[in-house]
Formats: sequence, C-alpha cells, structure tokens
Amino acid sequence: MTEFLQQLINGLALGSILALIALGYTMVYGILRFINFAHGDIFMLGAFAGFYLTPKIAAIFPTPSILSGLLVMGISMAICAALGIVIERFAYRPLRRSPRLTVLITAIGVSLFLEYAGQLFFGAAPKKFPALIPSYPITHVGGLSVTSNQIIVFIVTALLLVGLRFIVQKTKIGTAMRALAFNPDAAALMGINTDVVISFTFALGSALAAAAGILFAVNYPAIDPLMGILPGLKAFVAAVLGGIGNLPGAALGGIIIGVTETLVAGYISSTYRDAIAFGILILILLVKPSGLLGKKEIEKV
Amino acid sequence: MNPLLQLEKVSIRFGGLTAVADLDLRIGENELVGLIGPNGAGKTTAFNLITGVYQPTAGQILFADKPTSKLKPSQLTRRGIARTFQNIRLFASMTVFDNVRTATQLHCARGVRHALWRGRAFRQGEQEVESHVMELLEIFHLENFFDAEAKNLSYGDQRRLEIVRALATQPKLLLLDEPAAGMNASEKNALMQLIQFIKDKFQISVLLVEHDMKVVMGICERIAVLDYGVKIAEGKPEEIRANPKVIEAYLGEESLKNV
Amino acid sequence: MNFRHAKTFLLGAIALCFLVSLFENQINSYWLFISYDIGVNIILAVSLNLINGYTGQFSLGHAGFMAVGAYTAAVITNQFGELNFFAANGVFIVALVAGGLAAAIAGLLVGIPTLRLRGDYLAIVTLGFGEIIRVIFQNMQSVGGARGYSVTHNYTNFFWTFGLAAVTVYVVTSLVHSTYGRGFIAVRDDEIAAEATGINPTKYKVTAFVIGAFFAGIAGGLYAHSKQFLTPDGFGFMQSIAFVVMVILGGMGNTIGVILAAILLTLLPEGLRALADIEHIPGIAQEFPLSWVGNARMVIYSLLLIVLMLTRPQGLFTLRKLKIKN
Repeated sequence: MTEFLQQLINGLALGSILALIALGYTMVYGILRFINFAHGDIFMLGAFAGFYLTPKIAAIFPTPSILSGLLVMGISMAICAALGIVIERFAYRPLRRSPRLTVLITAIGVSLFLEYAGQLFFGAAPKKFPALIPSYPITHVGGLSVTSNQIIVFIVTALLLVGLRFIVQKTKIGTAMRALAFNPDAAALMGINTDVVISFTFALGSALAAAAGILFAVNYPAIDPLMGILPGLKAFVAAVLGGIGNLPGAALGGIIIGVTETLVAGYISSTYRDAIAFGILILILLVKPSGLLGKKEIEKV
Repeated sequence: MNPLLQLEKVSIRFGGLTAVADLDLRIGENELVGLIGPNGAGKTTAFNLITGVYQPTAGQILFADKPTSKLKPSQLTRRGIARTFQNIRLFASMTVFDNVRTATQLHCARGVRHALWRGRAFRQGEQEVESHVMELLEIFHLENFFDAEAKNLSYGDQRRLEIVRALATQPKLLLLDEPAAGMNASEKNALMQLIQFIKDKFQISVLLVEHDMKVVMGICERIAVLDYGVKIAEGKPEEIRANPKVIEAYLGEESLKNV
Repeated sequence: MNFRHAKTFLLGAIALCFLVSLFENQINSYWLFISYDIGVNIILAVSLNLINGYTGQFSLGHAGFMAVGAYTAAVITNQFGELNFFAANGVFIVALVAGGLAAAIAGLLVGIPTLRLRGDYLAIVTLGFGEIIRVIFQNMQSVGGARGYSVTHNYTNFFWTFGLAAVTVYVVTSLVHSTYGRGFIAVRDDEIAAEATGINPTKYKVTAFVIGAFFAGIAGGLYAHSKQFLTPDGFGFMQSIAFVVMVILGGMGNTIGVILAAILLTLLPEGLRALADIEHIPGIAQEFPLSWVGNARMVIYSLLLIVLMLTRPQGLFTLRKLKIKN
C-alpha cells in the first residue's frame, strides 16, 4: 500500500508539471484552434534559462534561498514569455488566415529549430541542473517519502493555477481571452484587440511552461535540448484528454497522465512508459474525442 | 404510385434546440418544389436530413419507398439524391472537367485494379467518362472552360458547375440550396430557365431552397414554408403568396396590423 | 495528363535500371550507396505523398511503416545463408513484398481509427502510432530491441532500388490520374462535397494509407539490406518529419516535385558534410563533425520549413498558388 501511495505521490508531481505545460497548449488551441508544436521546447528553454541564470543570481545571493529560487524562476518565466510573444509575432501571426495545415507545419519547424539550434549552442550532452534550494526528503508515517523538491512542485503549481484562474476569470484581459476562444470575430467586433490578447495568451502559456521546466529540472536534474519533446507530446495528450480548450480539463488531464504513467512504469513495465500517453490519446479520440470535460463541436454544413 | 421522397413526422434536436419539428413533406416524380422560410427556419437542416448528413431524432424519411435511416451521404447519392451547397463547394484544386468527372465515379465500376493495370477495359471506361462529361459541359455551355481551374470561374459559372457536377451523379432528385444567392437579376433569370430546363430534359425532381421570392414563385409548382422548424403552409405559389401565416412569418405580426 | 504510354515508360525505366545495375561495380561505392538512399527516399516521399499530398491526410508516422517493412524483410532474409544469384534475388523480392504487406496491415490499423480526425489531431495520432511502433520494436528482444538488429545480406542494388522506385511512382500516379483516383483529391479538397458526389471518404483514406504504407514497407526492406543494421531509434518521428519535409518542399500532390525534393534533401547532408570538412564555424559547440552536420541539417530543415510556409507554402516545385482561406 505504501508503495502505491509513494508512486501516487511521484505521479502527482510529474502530473503537476505536465498540467502546467498542458495549460499552455489548451489556451492557444482554445483561441487559435492550432496545436503549438513548439510549446514543449519552451519548457526546455525555461530549464536552460534557469541553468544559465542560477550562477548569475548566485553571484548576488551566495546562499541558496527561497528568494534566489523565486528570482530564477521569475526571470526564466519572463524570458520565455517574451520568447513566446516573439515566436507568435513572426512565425504564426502572418499565417493566421492560412490553412491550418500550413501553420501546423510552421510550428513543427519552430520546434525543430529550437531543439537543434539548442543542440548547436548548448551542446547535446546533458547538463546537471544546479540545486536552487537544498533538497531533503521528508519521511512520513508508514515509510512514505516526499522530497522537498516535490513539495515545491505542488506548492508552485497550486499557486500558478490559482493565479491563472484569477487572471482568466477576474481580469479584463482574461475575459477577453475567453471571449476570443468563444468567438473570435464577435470579440474583434466588440473592440477587443485580438493581436494583444493572442500575444498575452502565448506569453502566459510560455511562462507556465518555463515554470514547469524549472520544476522538472529541479527534480530530474539532467537537462538537454531535446528534453522537451516527450513531455510536450504527453502534455498535449493531457490537454486533449481533459478537453482541448478547457483549462481545468488540461490540469486534470496532466494529473491523470502523470499518475497513470508512473503507476504503469512502477507496476507493469518501465519500457512501455512513453507509449502510455499515446495509448491514452488513441483511446480518448476513439471513445470521447471532445475529452473528459469538453463539449462536442458540430460542424456546420 | 408512391412519391419519390417522403418525410414523415421528421424531427431533429440539437441539444436543447429543435431545429426541425414533425415535418411532413412529399415530392413526386418530376416535380419542382420550393422550400422557403425566414433565416434559421431549418431549410438547410432539412436538406442535411434528406441527404444523410444528419440523422433525424424522430420520424422517418423514405426515398423511392426505401428508408434512408443510417445511410451515409455517399450512399444516398448512389441511390439518386444529389445536392448543391449554400456556400459553393467545388473541388478547388481541380479543373472544371475533373470536378464533373469526379462525380461520374460512382457509376463507373473501374476501381483500383483497372487504374493500375490500364488495360483496354480501363481505357474504354475513361473514354466513356470523357464523352459523358464533355456532353454535360456542352449542354450547360461550360465546355470552353473544361481545362480551367474551377476556382478561376466567375461566381455564376461556379454555381452552374456545381449543379452540373450534381447532375453527373445521375440523380432522381436534385436538391438546390440557395442557388440564386449573390446573383444579379439577369443571372437569376438565366438560373430560373436553367432549373426548368434541367427538370424537363433530365426528367428529375428538384427541391429548391431559396430566399428570392421571384425565383421561387416563378418556377416552383408547389411551395412548402418553414418557420422555426415547423411547416406552416404548403401549396401552389398563388396560395402561399396570399397566406397570412406566411406573410406574418416573414414580416412579423406588427406589419400585418398595418395591412 | 496522358498516360497512354505509362506502362511502356515503366518497363523502359526498369530495363534501364537493370542495365545500370550490371555496371555497378564500376561506380564509386560511396556515391552508389548515396544513390540507394536517394532511391529509398523517393519511394518513401512518393508513397507519403499519396497519403498527405493527394488525400490530404496529414500523417506524421510514415517512418513506423518503414520500420515494419525493414524488420520483416530483414528477419526473412536472415533465415538464409549464402545463396546463388537467382535464389538470393528470389528470396529478396519475396522478403520485400512481405515487408510491404506487413506494413500495409499496419497502415490499415493506423488508417481506420484516424478516419474521423482532421488536421492537427490526425497529425498527432499518426505520430503517436509511429512512436508506438518504435517502442514495440525497442522492446522486441527477438530483433535485438534497442541494441539493434544485424542484417546478414546486402541484397540492395541499383536495379531493385530504382526499379521499385519506378514502380512506386507508376502506381501512385496512375492511380491518382484516373477517374477513380480523382476521388483522393476530392476527399482532400472538400470531404463533404466529395460525399455529396457519391465518394466514400473512408474507403479512399484507408486505401491511401494501405498503399502508402505498403511502399514505405518496401522502402524499409531496401534500406535494411543496404545499411545492414537496424535500430528502432532510426525510425522515430524525426525521420517521419524528414519525409514530410520532402512532401511539403516538393509540393503536396506534385509527384515530380516530391521526387526532386527527395533527391535534394538526400544530398543536403552530403553537401553539409563537405562544408564541415572545410571549416568549423567559431562559436558553435564543437563536437565530432558528424553530429555538427546532423544538427546543422536539422536547423536548416526547420528554417526551411518555416520560411517555406511563410513565403511559398505550395512548395518549391509547384507552379500554382495555394488558396488562402478566409
């Protein structure tokens, strides 16, 4: 039983990270009806931003502390938010009226570019991510162990989710996002500046992905330029699982995939680990394509 | 003699919205029937029900005495129901010739095997297709454009092409969805003559959804009126023109008070 | 397009390949093996073009079909020791066809569940299938798993490679340029209109997948007997993307363009390799020249994709413009 609970905790940590990435996918899809293939690589860049920032921050604040950790995460999120805006502006915006396939291919191009330019500039060999805050395991009754890093994942994810919900539900721009997702033409007619809102959406999603990247790197310290591929794909599956375009759904999907994958890897076989997410994808698309929390969309003839 | 198309108490609901309710409609052989109603009345939905795009949630549809339930649109086309679309749906990357040629596919048995082997049967089949398609194009004065890309045609010609393509499937019933949309007066006159011509030459039935009253009153033998998914009137053009319920549906009760 | 003489062309091409094959030993083996790569990539690109280009089903899992064909053919020929000329070629063609059939079955299995999906979803699911196939081979110890599988015989030669490439081109183009074949394009252009003209989109999509997968399998078999070593990682979605780039660069639904693109993109890394020998660009992480080439190739691919989509989405070799939907 403790084994199961232990795996559950591990799965929840992984799932939280996937959830953060999935939110970016689902927000962009909700507004633009397109899968941002490059999103997983923003996750990777967030980790690398953290990697290069940490020594710089350590020069100012020699002892690792919550403040230095927050600084690293905050600045990385800002960098990736800016990157997301730039990518959208130059690669996706010119294609807003093009066939969906064209922009999909462009997104694949951006993704590949980030990955392989990353390999050229950062080097392909994995790097060790520095400890932002010293990690120590916390042992509970019954032999369950949670590391402080995992607790950080839970806390940060929870805070970010609350923050996101606040932005989406209570701010003007969040309402604009929801309006755009519902009906882009009507939103434009209501005086909403579509370009600004879309840029903001990309910035928001990218910031969350960056946070996920750092949380991931803190728990699994080996980072490399191709590290975003699989988590990106799995997070996309999570978004579809929850109902693409649906924010709580994305979070839910992330948790489900994280837990399922960890449990399967622990109890059945770790070699099929990566195939689990795809299996879930095929299953959900066959059974309930609109996702767990999604609504059915009828095509008008 | 049973009618060609029978809708019996056909209804369809989308979630909470009943788009079409208890629709009874009969179309006989070689009849030209019009289906009118204000926007959102359910006319295109009725088309989609007849062509198998939607399945009714209640009632049944019979075509040539056989129920059409569970049949896919391509199967219904094989049975003899062809249609055009409100927003022209041509095969944009193909030539005019190929657009029509694609529609002959369902009646020629030459499939994968023949296309690959390219024996005499294949060549003969392709010859037949070619002459059939050119014949149709000539009838409708499109033969000079046969090599042009469909999307380069003028709007009126594109509409005509869509109709020709539908005819190439050798239907018994042709559904036209707002064919006069976007046309000027002379084009509409030409369209009216075209539809009449099609009905006479090919001896088929035509069901026409249209907003332009002149067109509808001009050629339809019978007209059915929908409002909010319900049939509120049916009869000859003169009867419909004078029917108060119809006038009310289009113009609202207020204007009736001023009449 | 007039295909009255299509079969004659095919036979002529095959005869030509046979002739060239007789003089293989005179040709520099480095370039000979590159020509095998070209031939294999032509088969893969043209077969993918049927699925992606002509039928509009954006499949990102083509490398999976190639893998199925490669492993199947390799397992079959590995059962045999040294054989004489006729027996060897006989076994080879049987193995290739078997690989193709196995891949075709995989194509059927992938094609059917993906029928109702459009665009983005279809891409991801086919990518997923490709990955599942890769993971399966990675765990199949009987064919070496992640360690790789050795292929005993190097049966691939000019005749088989380009002869089969000619067959692939013939099959895809004859199919599409018939009245029956117009259905593929109809499904791509407007599925709803296609249904209204009596075309069953399901049949066409599945047919495209099965035929496309079959030839991908054959290409896989040829690849296996040229490289003589198979690893599951060589059939991942990076490979699938490489084939997709060929189709896009050539112009979706433009067979000649796709062939040219396949040749161009096969020669690209060789061009880069030549550059790498000349100089290292300062400031870039210096590792072995080979991986520099690999990364640079992918960076160029990706920039190519982006620039192409922004400026000329109809491909380099197509003459018509792509319609902008509103």
